[in-house]
Amino acid sequence: MIATETALALQAPQLMTTPPLLTMTGVSRRYGDVVALQDVSAMVYPGEVLGIVGESGSGKSTLLRMMNLEDTPDTGDYRLALPDLPGNLFDLDRFARRMLCATRIGIVYQNPHVGLLMQHTSSGNVAERLLIAGERSFAALRGRAREALDASEFPLERMDARPIELSGGMQQRVQLAKAIALEPVLLLLDEPTTGLDVSVQALVLDTLKRLQRDRAITMVIVSHDLGVIRTMADRVMVMRRGRVVEQGLADQIFQDPQHDYTQQLVHAKL
Amino acid sequence: MTLASLTKPWEAMSYGFLDASAKRELRRKMLKAIAVPGCQMPYASREVPMARGWGTGGLQVTLTLLKPSSVVKVIDQGADDSVNAASIRSFLSKVSGATETWDTTEATILQSRHRIPEERLRADQVLVLQVPNPEPLRPVEPNMSVARQMHADADYGRLWLILYEQIVRSGRVMQGAAYPSLVNGRHVMTPSPIPRWDVPKLHMAQHLTFLSAGREKRLYAVPPFTRVEPLVFSDVPYQVEDHAALTCHRSGVSGYFMNEIPQDDGSSAFEVSDSHLGIKTIRQAEGAAIRIGPTWYENGKMPQ
Repeated sequence: MIATETALALQAPQLMTTPPLLTMTGVSRRYGDVVALQDVSAMVYPGEVLGIVGESGSGKSTLLRMMNLEDTPDTGDYRLALPDLPGNLFDLDRFARRMLCATRIGIVYQNPHVGLLMQHTSSGNVAERLLIAGERSFAALRGRAREALDASEFPLERMDARPIELSGGMQQRVQLAKAIALEPVLLLLDEPTTGLDVSVQALVLDTLKRLQRDRAITMVIVSHDLGVIRTMADRVMVMRRGRVVEQGLADQIFQDPQHDYTQQLVHAKL
Repeated sequence: MTLASLTKPWEAMSYGFLDASAKRELRRKMLKAIAVPGCQMPYASREVPMARGWGTGGLQVTLTLLKPSSVVKVIDQGADDSVNAASIRSFLSKVSGATETWDTTEATILQSRHRIPEERLRADQVLVLQVPNPEPLRPVEPNMSVARQMHADADYGRLWLILYEQIVRSGRVMQGAAYPSLVNGRHVMTPSPIPRWDVPKLHMAQHLTFLSAGREKRLYAVPPFTRVEPLVFSDVPYQVEDHAALTCHRSGVSGYFMNEIPQDDGSSAFEVSDSHLGIKTIRQAEGAAIRIGPTWYENGKMPQ
Protein backbone atom coordinates (compact mmCIF):
# COMPACT_ATOMS: atom_id res chain seq x y z
CA MET A 1 0.00 0.00 0.00
CA ILE A 2 1.51 3.23 -1.10
CA ALA A 3 -1.15 5.85 -1.68
CA THR A 4 -3.93 6.80 0.71
CA GLU A 5 -7.30 5.11 0.22
CA THR A 6 -9.14 8.18 -1.03
CA ALA A 7 -6.52 8.96 -3.58
CA LEU A 8 -6.58 5.36 -4.72
CA ALA A 9 -10.32 5.30 -5.13
CA LEU A 10 -10.35 8.47 -7.15
CA GLN A 11 -7.67 7.30 -9.51
CA ALA A 12 -9.22 6.85 -12.91
CA PRO A 13 -8.25 3.90 -15.07
CA GLN A 14 -5.72 5.30 -17.40
CA LEU A 15 -7.43 4.56 -20.69
CA MET A 16 -10.76 6.12 -19.64
CA THR A 17 -11.56 9.29 -21.52
CA THR A 18 -15.26 9.70 -20.70
CA PRO A 19 -16.34 11.26 -17.40
CA PRO A 20 -17.55 8.77 -14.77
CA LEU A 21 -21.26 7.88 -14.57
CA LEU A 22 -21.19 7.38 -10.83
CA THR A 23 -19.07 9.35 -8.40
CA MET A 24 -19.15 8.67 -4.70
CA THR A 25 -16.86 10.64 -2.45
CA GLY A 26 -16.08 10.37 1.24
CA VAL A 27 -19.06 8.25 2.25
CA SER A 28 -19.10 7.32 5.94
CA ARG A 29 -21.81 5.56 7.85
CA ARG A 30 -21.98 4.39 11.45
CA TYR A 31 -24.70 2.28 13.01
CA GLY A 32 -24.28 3.08 16.69
CA ASP A 33 -20.76 1.96 17.51
CA VAL A 34 -20.38 -0.09 14.36
CA VAL A 35 -18.54 1.61 11.54
CA ALA A 36 -20.12 0.30 8.35
CA LEU A 37 -18.36 2.58 5.91
CA GLN A 38 -15.35 4.79 6.55
CA ASP A 39 -14.58 7.46 3.97
CA VAL A 40 -15.36 5.30 0.95
CA SER A 41 -15.03 6.74 -2.51
CA ALA A 42 -15.89 5.06 -5.78
CA MET A 43 -16.24 5.85 -9.44
CA VAL A 44 -17.95 3.88 -12.14
CA TYR A 45 -17.50 4.67 -15.81
CA PRO A 46 -20.21 4.28 -18.46
CA GLY A 47 -20.50 0.74 -19.76
CA GLU A 48 -18.12 -0.65 -17.16
CA VAL A 49 -18.69 -3.39 -14.60
CA LEU A 50 -17.32 -2.64 -11.15
CA GLY A 51 -16.95 -5.60 -8.83
CA ILE A 52 -16.89 -5.11 -5.09
CA VAL A 53 -15.40 -7.94 -3.04
CA GLY A 54 -14.89 -8.36 0.64
CA GLU A 55 -15.77 -10.63 3.52
CA SER A 56 -19.10 -10.54 5.34
CA GLY A 57 -19.49 -7.29 7.25
CA SER A 58 -16.96 -5.42 5.14
CA GLY A 59 -19.59 -2.85 4.17
CA LYS A 60 -20.01 -3.86 0.54
CA SER A 61 -23.78 -4.36 0.76
CA THR A 62 -24.16 -1.13 2.73
CA LEU A 63 -22.32 0.66 -0.04
CA LEU A 64 -24.65 -0.84 -2.61
CA ARG A 65 -27.68 0.21 -0.59
CA MET A 66 -26.28 3.73 -0.54
CA MET A 67 -25.95 3.60 -4.31
CA ASN A 68 -29.63 2.60 -4.47
CA LEU A 69 -30.46 5.50 -2.10
CA GLU A 70 -32.03 3.13 0.42
CA ASP A 71 -29.92 4.63 3.17
CA THR A 72 -28.31 8.01 3.76
CA PRO A 73 -24.72 8.18 5.01
CA ASP A 74 -23.54 10.40 7.85
CA THR A 75 -21.32 12.26 5.42
CA GLY A 76 -20.64 11.85 1.77
CA ASP A 77 -21.43 12.92 -1.73
CA TYR A 78 -23.06 10.86 -4.47
CA ARG A 79 -23.54 11.97 -8.04
CA LEU A 80 -24.77 10.32 -11.19
CA ALA A 81 -23.98 11.93 -14.54
CA LEU A 82 -27.63 12.70 -15.27
CA PRO A 83 -28.35 16.10 -16.82
CA ASP A 84 -31.56 16.61 -14.79
CA LEU A 85 -30.01 15.73 -11.41
CA PRO A 86 -26.71 17.59 -11.07
CA GLY A 87 -26.45 17.84 -7.26
CA ASN A 88 -25.66 15.45 -4.42
CA LEU A 89 -28.24 12.69 -4.67
CA PHE A 90 -28.23 12.15 -0.90
CA ASP A 91 -29.89 15.58 -0.61
CA LEU A 92 -32.94 14.50 -2.63
CA ASP A 93 -36.30 14.18 -0.90
CA ARG A 94 -38.27 10.94 -0.74
CA PHE A 95 -40.28 11.61 -3.92
CA ALA A 96 -37.26 12.36 -6.06
CA ARG A 97 -35.40 9.39 -4.60
CA ARG A 98 -38.22 7.02 -5.34
CA MET A 99 -38.57 8.29 -8.90
CA LEU A 100 -34.82 8.10 -9.45
CA CYS A 101 -34.56 4.57 -8.07
CA ALA A 102 -37.57 3.38 -10.04
CA THR A 103 -36.57 4.83 -13.38
CA ARG A 104 -32.77 5.19 -13.47
CA ILE A 105 -31.38 2.51 -11.16
CA GLY A 106 -32.14 -1.21 -11.26
CA ILE A 107 -31.24 -3.55 -8.44
CA VAL A 108 -31.13 -7.31 -8.01
CA TYR A 109 -31.02 -8.48 -4.41
CA GLN A 110 -29.49 -11.64 -3.10
CA ASN A 111 -32.79 -12.59 -1.51
CA PRO A 112 -35.62 -12.46 -4.08
CA HIS A 113 -38.13 -12.01 -1.25
CA VAL A 114 -36.74 -8.51 -0.80
CA GLY A 115 -36.94 -7.52 -4.43
CA LEU A 116 -40.14 -9.23 -5.53
CA LEU A 117 -43.80 -9.28 -4.57
CA MET A 118 -44.03 -13.01 -4.07
CA GLN A 119 -47.81 -13.28 -4.22
CA HIS A 120 -48.15 -11.39 -7.49
CA THR A 121 -47.39 -12.74 -10.95
CA SER A 122 -43.90 -12.52 -12.41
CA SER A 123 -45.04 -10.30 -15.25
CA GLY A 124 -46.93 -8.21 -12.69
CA ASN A 125 -43.70 -7.72 -10.77
CA VAL A 126 -42.07 -6.31 -13.87
CA ALA A 127 -45.19 -4.28 -14.70
CA GLU A 128 -45.11 -2.72 -11.24
CA ARG A 129 -41.87 -0.96 -12.14
CA LEU A 130 -43.50 0.46 -15.27
CA LEU A 131 -46.58 1.47 -13.28
CA ILE A 132 -44.46 3.45 -10.84
CA ALA A 133 -42.96 5.24 -13.82
CA GLY A 134 -46.50 6.17 -14.93
CA GLU A 135 -47.34 3.64 -17.66
CA ARG A 136 -51.13 3.20 -17.70
CA SER A 137 -51.80 1.21 -20.85
CA PHE A 138 -52.49 -2.48 -20.33
CA ALA A 139 -51.17 -3.50 -23.75
CA ALA A 140 -47.95 -1.54 -23.24
CA LEU A 141 -47.45 -2.99 -19.75
CA ARG A 142 -47.96 -6.49 -21.02
CA GLY A 143 -45.68 -5.96 -24.00
CA ARG A 144 -42.86 -4.33 -22.09
CA ALA A 145 -43.03 -6.88 -19.27
CA ARG A 146 -42.75 -9.63 -21.87
CA GLU A 147 -39.79 -7.90 -23.52
CA ALA A 148 -37.93 -7.46 -20.25
CA LEU A 149 -38.54 -11.06 -19.20
CA ASP A 150 -37.43 -12.23 -22.61
CA ALA A 151 -34.24 -10.16 -22.36
CA SER A 152 -33.41 -11.77 -19.04
CA GLU A 153 -34.01 -15.19 -20.64
CA PHE A 154 -37.00 -16.05 -18.52
CA PRO A 155 -39.24 -18.77 -20.04
CA LEU A 156 -42.20 -16.73 -21.28
CA GLU A 157 -44.77 -19.50 -20.85
CA ARG A 158 -44.31 -19.03 -17.09
CA MET A 159 -44.57 -15.26 -17.09
CA ASP A 160 -47.85 -15.32 -15.18
CA ALA A 161 -46.65 -17.70 -12.49
CA ARG A 162 -46.01 -16.29 -9.05
CA PRO A 163 -42.30 -16.02 -8.13
CA ILE A 164 -42.93 -18.14 -5.04
CA GLU A 165 -43.67 -21.07 -7.36
CA LEU A 166 -40.46 -20.60 -9.32
CA SER A 167 -36.92 -21.90 -8.79
CA GLY A 168 -34.19 -19.67 -7.37
CA GLY A 169 -32.56 -19.04 -10.73
CA MET A 170 -35.88 -18.05 -12.27
CA GLN A 171 -36.64 -15.73 -9.37
CA GLN A 172 -33.33 -13.98 -10.01
CA ARG A 173 -34.28 -13.65 -13.67
CA VAL A 174 -37.58 -12.01 -12.69
CA GLN A 175 -35.65 -9.61 -10.48
CA LEU A 176 -33.32 -8.90 -13.35
CA ALA A 177 -36.22 -8.30 -15.75
CA LYS A 178 -37.75 -5.94 -13.22
CA ALA A 179 -34.45 -4.12 -12.88
CA ILE A 180 -33.88 -3.65 -16.61
CA ALA A 181 -37.51 -2.99 -17.58
CA LEU A 182 -37.01 0.77 -17.62
CA GLU A 183 -33.54 0.58 -19.17
CA PRO A 184 -31.73 2.04 -16.17
CA VAL A 185 -28.41 3.84 -16.45
CA LEU A 186 -27.06 1.82 -13.54
CA LEU A 187 -27.66 -1.80 -12.59
CA LEU A 188 -26.78 -2.86 -9.06
CA LEU A 189 -26.34 -6.54 -8.31
CA ASP A 190 -26.12 -7.62 -4.69
CA GLU A 191 -24.79 -11.18 -4.62
CA PRO A 192 -27.07 -12.08 -7.54
CA THR A 193 -25.97 -15.73 -7.74
CA THR A 194 -25.32 -16.60 -4.11
CA GLY A 195 -27.46 -19.52 -3.09
CA LEU A 196 -27.85 -20.85 -6.63
CA ASP A 197 -26.24 -24.12 -7.60
CA VAL A 198 -23.18 -23.89 -9.81
CA SER A 199 -24.82 -24.72 -13.14
CA VAL A 200 -27.70 -22.26 -12.59
CA GLN A 201 -25.20 -19.70 -11.37
CA ALA A 202 -23.30 -20.06 -14.64
CA LEU A 203 -26.52 -19.58 -16.64
CA VAL A 204 -27.49 -16.45 -14.72
CA LEU A 205 -23.98 -15.03 -15.12
CA ASP A 206 -24.21 -15.84 -18.81
CA THR A 207 -27.42 -13.82 -19.07
CA LEU A 208 -25.83 -10.93 -17.20
CA LYS A 209 -22.81 -11.03 -19.50
CA ARG A 210 -25.01 -11.03 -22.58
CA LEU A 211 -27.08 -8.14 -21.28
CA GLN A 212 -23.95 -6.21 -20.52
CA ARG A 213 -22.61 -6.82 -24.00
CA ASP A 214 -25.88 -6.04 -25.83
CA ARG A 215 -26.96 -2.98 -23.92
CA ALA A 216 -23.68 -1.70 -22.49
CA ILE A 217 -25.34 -1.32 -19.08
CA THR A 218 -23.15 0.07 -16.34
CA MET A 219 -23.11 -2.43 -13.50
CA VAL A 220 -21.93 -2.62 -9.94
CA ILE A 221 -21.74 -6.19 -8.72
CA VAL A 222 -21.18 -7.11 -5.10
CA SER A 223 -20.06 -10.59 -4.24
CA HIS A 224 -17.87 -12.51 -1.85
CA ASP A 225 -17.36 -15.05 -4.61
CA LEU A 226 -14.19 -14.19 -6.50
CA GLY A 227 -15.21 -16.45 -9.36
CA VAL A 228 -18.28 -14.33 -10.03
CA ILE A 229 -16.25 -11.14 -9.86
CA ARG A 230 -13.59 -12.55 -12.15
CA THR A 231 -16.21 -13.55 -14.71
CA MET A 232 -18.10 -10.28 -14.63
CA ALA A 233 -16.00 -7.36 -13.53
CA ASP A 234 -13.75 -5.03 -15.51
CA ARG A 235 -12.51 -3.34 -12.40
CA VAL A 236 -12.47 -4.55 -8.82
CA MET A 237 -12.67 -2.78 -5.49
CA VAL A 238 -11.64 -4.73 -2.38
CA MET A 239 -13.31 -3.74 0.87
CA ARG A 240 -12.46 -4.58 4.44
CA ARG A 241 -13.97 -3.24 7.67
CA GLY A 242 -15.77 -0.45 5.89
CA ARG A 243 -12.76 0.75 3.92
CA VAL A 244 -11.55 0.30 0.39
CA VAL A 245 -8.19 -1.42 0.73
CA GLU A 246 -7.33 -1.86 -2.90
CA GLN A 247 -8.77 -1.27 -6.30
CA GLY A 248 -7.71 -1.74 -9.87
CA LEU A 249 -8.38 -3.62 -13.08
CA ALA A 250 -9.65 -7.14 -12.50
CA ASP A 251 -6.58 -8.84 -13.96
CA GLN A 252 -4.30 -6.65 -11.93
CA ILE A 253 -6.09 -7.47 -8.67
CA PHE A 254 -6.22 -11.20 -9.34
CA GLN A 255 -2.72 -11.60 -10.80
CA ASP A 256 -0.81 -9.11 -8.73
CA PRO A 257 -2.60 -8.25 -5.50
CA GLN A 258 -0.77 -5.60 -3.49
CA HIS A 259 -2.57 -5.38 -0.18
CA ASP A 260 -2.08 -8.15 2.41
CA TYR A 261 -5.78 -8.76 2.66
CA THR A 262 -6.25 -8.99 -1.10
CA GLN A 263 -3.37 -11.41 -1.32
CA GLN A 264 -5.00 -13.60 1.33
CA LEU A 265 -8.31 -13.39 -0.46
CA VAL A 266 -6.92 -14.30 -3.86
CA HIS A 267 -4.83 -17.13 -2.49
CA ALA A 268 -7.66 -18.50 -0.43
CA LYS A 269 -9.64 -18.76 -3.60
CA LEU A 270 -6.96 -20.25 -5.78
CA MET B 1 -79.89 30.24 43.92
CA THR B 2 -79.30 26.52 44.21
CA LEU B 3 -76.98 24.31 42.24
CA ALA B 4 -79.97 22.38 40.97
CA SER B 5 -81.47 25.46 39.37
CA LEU B 6 -78.25 26.04 37.40
CA THR B 7 -78.01 22.54 35.95
CA LYS B 8 -80.10 20.86 33.32
CA PRO B 9 -82.61 18.25 34.44
CA TRP B 10 -81.36 14.66 34.41
CA GLU B 11 -81.62 12.86 31.09
CA ALA B 12 -80.99 9.21 30.22
CA MET B 13 -78.58 10.18 27.41
CA SER B 14 -77.33 13.18 25.45
CA TYR B 15 -79.25 14.32 22.43
CA GLY B 16 -78.43 12.03 19.55
CA PHE B 17 -76.93 9.41 21.89
CA LEU B 18 -73.26 10.47 21.54
CA ASP B 19 -71.93 12.84 24.16
CA ALA B 20 -71.00 16.39 23.24
CA SER B 21 -67.26 15.81 23.15
CA ALA B 22 -67.62 12.79 20.87
CA LYS B 23 -69.77 14.77 18.45
CA ARG B 24 -67.36 17.66 18.59
CA GLU B 25 -64.48 15.40 17.66
CA LEU B 26 -66.43 13.76 14.86
CA ARG B 27 -67.52 17.12 13.46
CA ARG B 28 -63.94 18.34 13.40
CA LYS B 29 -62.83 15.18 11.60
CA MET B 30 -65.76 15.44 9.18
CA LEU B 31 -64.79 19.00 8.32
CA LYS B 32 -61.20 17.90 7.80
CA ALA B 33 -62.40 15.05 5.61
CA ILE B 34 -64.36 17.50 3.47
CA ALA B 35 -61.34 19.77 3.23
CA VAL B 36 -59.15 16.96 1.88
CA PRO B 37 -61.49 14.88 -0.28
CA GLY B 38 -60.87 11.15 -0.13
CA CYS B 39 -58.20 11.39 2.57
CA GLN B 40 -58.80 9.05 5.50
CA MET B 41 -59.11 10.88 8.81
CA PRO B 42 -58.55 8.88 12.00
CA TYR B 43 -61.10 9.35 14.75
CA ALA B 44 -61.83 7.85 18.13
CA SER B 45 -64.64 5.51 17.22
CA ARG B 46 -67.09 5.41 20.16
CA GLU B 47 -69.13 2.56 21.55
CA VAL B 48 -72.63 2.50 20.13
CA PRO B 49 -75.31 -0.07 21.00
CA MET B 50 -74.42 -2.18 18.00
CA ALA B 51 -71.58 -4.57 17.23
CA ARG B 52 -68.55 -3.34 15.29
CA GLY B 53 -68.91 -4.29 11.66
CA TRP B 54 -72.64 -3.61 11.54
CA GLY B 55 -72.36 0.01 10.52
CA THR B 56 -71.06 1.67 13.67
CA GLY B 57 -68.93 4.10 11.65
CA GLY B 58 -71.82 5.24 9.54
CA LEU B 59 -74.04 5.37 12.62
CA GLN B 60 -71.67 7.72 14.47
CA VAL B 61 -71.52 10.11 11.53
CA THR B 62 -75.30 10.04 11.17
CA LEU B 63 -75.82 10.64 14.91
CA THR B 64 -73.54 13.65 14.68
CA LEU B 65 -75.48 15.09 11.74
CA LEU B 66 -78.97 14.56 13.16
CA LYS B 67 -81.35 17.29 14.28
CA PRO B 68 -85.06 17.02 15.19
CA SER B 69 -86.14 18.18 11.72
CA SER B 70 -83.98 15.56 9.95
CA VAL B 71 -85.61 12.90 7.83
CA VAL B 72 -83.61 9.67 7.85
CA LYS B 73 -83.54 6.78 5.42
CA VAL B 74 -81.43 3.71 6.12
CA ILE B 75 -80.63 1.20 3.39
CA ASP B 76 -79.09 -2.23 3.67
CA GLN B 77 -78.02 -3.55 0.24
CA GLY B 78 -80.77 -1.41 -1.31
CA ALA B 79 -83.52 -2.57 1.06
CA ASP B 80 -85.22 -0.42 3.70
CA ASP B 81 -86.90 -3.31 5.48
CA SER B 82 -83.96 -5.51 6.50
CA VAL B 83 -83.53 -6.04 10.23
CA ASN B 84 -80.30 -4.06 10.30
CA ALA B 85 -81.72 -1.10 8.38
CA ALA B 86 -84.96 -1.05 10.37
CA SER B 87 -83.14 -1.22 13.72
CA ILE B 88 -80.70 1.57 12.84
CA ARG B 89 -83.55 3.75 11.54
CA SER B 90 -85.70 3.31 14.63
CA PHE B 91 -82.68 3.90 16.88
CA LEU B 92 -81.90 7.14 15.03
CA SER B 93 -85.42 8.48 15.37
CA LYS B 94 -85.64 7.40 19.01
CA VAL B 95 -82.49 9.27 20.10
CA SER B 96 -83.05 12.41 18.04
CA GLY B 97 -86.73 12.82 17.28
CA ALA B 98 -85.94 12.70 13.56
CA THR B 99 -88.56 11.46 11.12
CA GLU B 100 -88.16 8.06 9.47
CA THR B 101 -88.72 7.55 5.79
CA TRP B 102 -88.23 4.98 3.05
CA ASP B 103 -88.40 7.56 0.30
CA THR B 104 -85.07 8.72 -1.14
CA THR B 105 -86.49 12.05 -2.31
CA GLU B 106 -87.88 12.92 1.16
CA ALA B 107 -84.80 12.04 3.19
CA THR B 108 -82.24 14.60 4.36
CA ILE B 109 -79.76 12.03 5.69
CA LEU B 110 -79.33 8.65 4.06
CA GLN B 111 -77.25 6.01 5.77
CA SER B 112 -76.44 3.14 3.48
CA ARG B 113 -74.70 -0.17 3.36
CA HIS B 114 -73.37 -1.29 -0.04
CA ARG B 115 -75.71 0.74 -2.29
CA ILE B 116 -76.39 4.26 -3.48
CA PRO B 117 -80.10 4.86 -4.22
CA GLU B 118 -81.13 5.01 -7.87
CA GLU B 119 -82.91 8.34 -7.50
CA ARG B 120 -80.58 11.29 -7.78
CA LEU B 121 -79.55 12.92 -4.53
CA ARG B 122 -79.83 16.70 -4.20
CA ALA B 123 -77.54 19.31 -2.73
CA ASP B 124 -79.57 19.37 0.50
CA GLN B 125 -79.09 15.66 1.15
CA VAL B 126 -76.20 13.88 2.85
CA LEU B 127 -75.24 10.29 2.08
CA VAL B 128 -73.46 8.30 4.79
CA LEU B 129 -71.85 5.08 3.65
CA GLN B 130 -70.79 2.32 6.03
CA VAL B 131 -67.30 1.07 5.24
CA PRO B 132 -65.87 -2.26 6.42
CA ASN B 133 -62.33 -1.72 5.11
CA PRO B 134 -61.33 1.84 4.24
CA GLU B 135 -57.82 1.06 2.97
CA PRO B 136 -57.61 0.55 -0.81
CA LEU B 137 -53.91 -0.32 -0.51
CA ARG B 138 -54.46 -3.25 1.86
CA PRO B 139 -54.35 -5.94 -0.86
CA VAL B 140 -50.96 -4.68 -2.05
CA GLU B 141 -49.44 -3.34 1.16
CA PRO B 142 -50.28 -5.19 4.36
CA ASN B 143 -48.25 -2.78 6.49
CA MET B 144 -50.61 0.11 7.28
CA SER B 145 -47.81 2.50 8.24
CA VAL B 146 -46.26 2.02 4.83
CA ALA B 147 -49.68 2.31 3.20
CA ARG B 148 -50.19 5.70 4.87
CA GLN B 149 -46.86 6.84 3.52
CA MET B 150 -47.90 5.65 0.07
CA HIS B 151 -51.05 7.77 0.36
CA ALA B 152 -48.92 10.74 1.35
CA ASP B 153 -46.69 10.20 -1.68
CA ALA B 154 -49.67 9.45 -3.97
CA ASP B 155 -47.79 6.23 -4.72
CA TYR B 156 -50.70 4.32 -6.21
CA GLY B 157 -48.96 2.37 -8.99
CA ARG B 158 -49.53 -0.95 -7.26
CA LEU B 159 -53.30 -0.57 -7.37
CA TRP B 160 -53.11 -0.95 -11.13
CA LEU B 161 -51.13 -4.13 -10.47
CA ILE B 162 -54.30 -5.65 -8.99
CA LEU B 163 -56.26 -4.73 -12.11
CA TYR B 164 -53.41 -5.94 -14.34
CA GLU B 165 -53.43 -9.35 -12.74
CA GLN B 166 -57.21 -9.62 -12.88
CA ILE B 167 -57.09 -8.98 -16.62
CA VAL B 168 -54.20 -11.42 -17.05
CA ARG B 169 -56.00 -14.16 -15.09
CA SER B 170 -59.57 -13.64 -16.21
CA GLY B 171 -59.46 -11.50 -19.31
CA ARG B 172 -61.33 -8.64 -17.65
CA VAL B 173 -61.35 -6.56 -14.50
CA MET B 174 -62.89 -8.73 -11.80
CA GLN B 175 -63.17 -6.07 -9.09
CA GLY B 176 -66.92 -6.19 -8.52
CA ALA B 177 -67.39 -4.01 -5.47
CA ALA B 178 -65.32 -1.43 -3.59
CA TYR B 179 -63.69 -0.36 -6.84
CA PRO B 180 -60.72 1.88 -5.98
CA SER B 181 -61.36 5.41 -7.21
CA LEU B 182 -59.29 8.55 -7.39
CA VAL B 183 -60.95 11.46 -5.59
CA ASN B 184 -60.28 14.99 -6.73
CA GLY B 185 -57.21 13.79 -8.62
CA ARG B 186 -55.28 13.16 -5.41
CA HIS B 187 -56.38 10.43 -2.97
CA VAL B 188 -57.48 6.93 -3.90
CA MET B 189 -60.38 5.74 -1.77
CA THR B 190 -62.45 2.62 -1.38
CA PRO B 191 -65.97 3.79 -2.12
CA SER B 192 -67.24 1.15 0.39
CA PRO B 193 -68.47 -2.12 -1.13
CA ILE B 194 -70.87 -0.45 -3.56
CA PRO B 195 -71.07 -2.18 -6.95
CA ARG B 196 -69.24 -0.72 -9.95
CA TRP B 197 -72.70 0.42 -11.08
CA ASP B 198 -72.83 2.95 -8.22
CA VAL B 199 -69.36 4.48 -8.47
CA PRO B 200 -70.20 6.94 -11.31
CA LYS B 201 -73.03 8.29 -9.11
CA LEU B 202 -70.39 9.84 -6.84
CA HIS B 203 -68.62 11.66 -9.66
CA MET B 204 -69.45 15.38 -9.61
CA ALA B 205 -72.53 14.63 -7.49
CA GLN B 206 -74.56 17.43 -5.94
CA HIS B 207 -74.74 15.80 -2.54
CA LEU B 208 -72.13 15.38 0.18
CA THR B 209 -70.99 11.83 0.90
CA PHE B 210 -69.36 10.65 4.11
CA LEU B 211 -67.72 7.25 4.32
CA SER B 212 -66.99 5.99 7.78
CA ALA B 213 -65.43 2.80 9.14
CA GLY B 214 -66.15 2.32 12.84
CA ARG B 215 -63.96 -0.70 13.44
CA GLU B 216 -61.02 0.77 11.51
CA LYS B 217 -61.65 4.23 13.02
CA ARG B 218 -61.31 6.13 9.76
CA LEU B 219 -63.66 8.49 7.95
CA TYR B 220 -63.38 10.26 4.62
CA ALA B 221 -65.66 12.31 2.45
CA VAL B 222 -66.57 13.17 -1.11
CA PRO B 223 -67.76 16.80 -1.11
CA PRO B 224 -70.30 18.00 -3.67
CA PHE B 225 -69.01 18.47 -7.21
CA THR B 226 -65.85 16.47 -6.67
CA ARG B 227 -64.27 14.26 -9.31
CA VAL B 228 -64.43 10.55 -8.47
CA GLU B 229 -62.65 8.55 -11.14
CA PRO B 230 -62.40 4.77 -10.98
CA LEU B 231 -58.86 3.57 -11.70
CA VAL B 232 -58.58 2.24 -15.24
CA PHE B 233 -56.00 1.45 -17.87
CA SER B 234 -55.90 3.90 -20.74
CA ASP B 235 -56.83 1.09 -23.15
CA VAL B 236 -59.32 -0.81 -20.96
CA PRO B 237 -62.40 1.31 -20.25
CA TYR B 238 -64.37 1.23 -16.99
CA GLN B 239 -67.38 -1.03 -17.24
CA VAL B 240 -70.35 -1.23 -14.94
CA GLU B 241 -72.32 -4.44 -14.45
CA ASP B 242 -74.44 -5.23 -17.53
CA HIS B 243 -77.75 -4.84 -15.75
CA ALA B 244 -79.15 -2.25 -18.16
CA ALA B 245 -81.19 -4.83 -20.08
CA LEU B 246 -82.54 -6.67 -17.02
CA THR B 247 -86.15 -6.23 -15.90
CA CYS B 248 -87.42 -6.46 -12.34
CA HIS B 249 -89.81 -9.43 -12.10
CA ARG B 250 -91.95 -7.70 -9.47
CA SER B 251 -92.17 -4.06 -10.52
CA GLY B 252 -91.30 -4.33 -14.20
CA VAL B 253 -88.72 -1.53 -14.13
CA SER B 254 -85.55 -1.98 -16.12
CA GLY B 255 -82.24 -0.21 -16.48
CA TYR B 256 -81.27 -0.29 -12.80
CA PHE B 257 -79.02 -2.41 -10.62
CA MET B 258 -80.72 -5.75 -10.00
CA ASN B 259 -80.49 -8.47 -7.39
CA GLU B 260 -80.32 -11.94 -8.85
CA ILE B 261 -82.74 -14.43 -7.33
CA PRO B 262 -82.02 -18.06 -8.22
CA GLN B 263 -85.09 -20.05 -9.23
CA ASP B 264 -85.90 -23.72 -8.63
CA ASP B 265 -85.42 -24.58 -12.31
CA GLY B 266 -81.87 -23.22 -12.30
CA SER B 267 -82.72 -19.97 -14.03
CA SER B 268 -82.57 -16.55 -12.43
CA ALA B 269 -85.13 -13.88 -11.75
CA PHE B 270 -84.13 -10.31 -11.07
CA GLU B 271 -85.55 -7.66 -8.83
CA VAL B 272 -84.52 -4.05 -8.58
CA SER B 273 -81.97 -3.63 -5.80
CA ASP B 274 -83.28 -0.22 -4.70
CA SER B 275 -86.37 -1.79 -3.12
CA HIS B 276 -88.25 1.44 -2.54
CA LEU B 277 -87.89 2.43 -6.18
CA GLY B 278 -89.62 -0.85 -6.97
CA ILE B 279 -92.36 -0.14 -4.43
CA LYS B 280 -92.91 3.32 -5.87
CA THR B 281 -93.13 1.97 -9.39
CA ILE B 282 -95.72 -0.63 -8.36
CA ARG B 283 -97.80 1.97 -6.48
CA GLN B 284 -97.63 4.33 -9.43
CA ALA B 285 -98.82 1.57 -11.74
CA GLU B 286 -101.73 0.96 -9.35
CA GLY B 287 -102.73 4.61 -9.78
CA ALA B 288 -101.39 6.19 -6.58
CA ALA B 289 -100.10 9.75 -6.82
CA ILE B 290 -96.44 8.89 -6.39
CA ARG B 291 -93.61 10.98 -7.73
CA ILE B 292 -90.47 9.16 -8.72
CA GLY B 293 -87.49 11.48 -8.67
CA PRO B 294 -85.00 11.78 -11.52
CA THR B 295 -82.61 8.86 -11.53
CA TRP B 296 -78.85 8.75 -12.17
CA TYR B 297 -79.18 6.12 -14.85
CA GLU B 298 -81.61 6.80 -17.67
CA ASN B 299 -82.60 3.76 -19.73
CA GLY B 300 -79.67 1.89 -18.24
CA LYS B 301 -77.15 4.57 -19.26
CA MET B 302 -75.37 7.14 -17.16
CA PRO B 303 -75.68 10.47 -18.96
CA GLN B 304 -72.34 12.28 -19.07
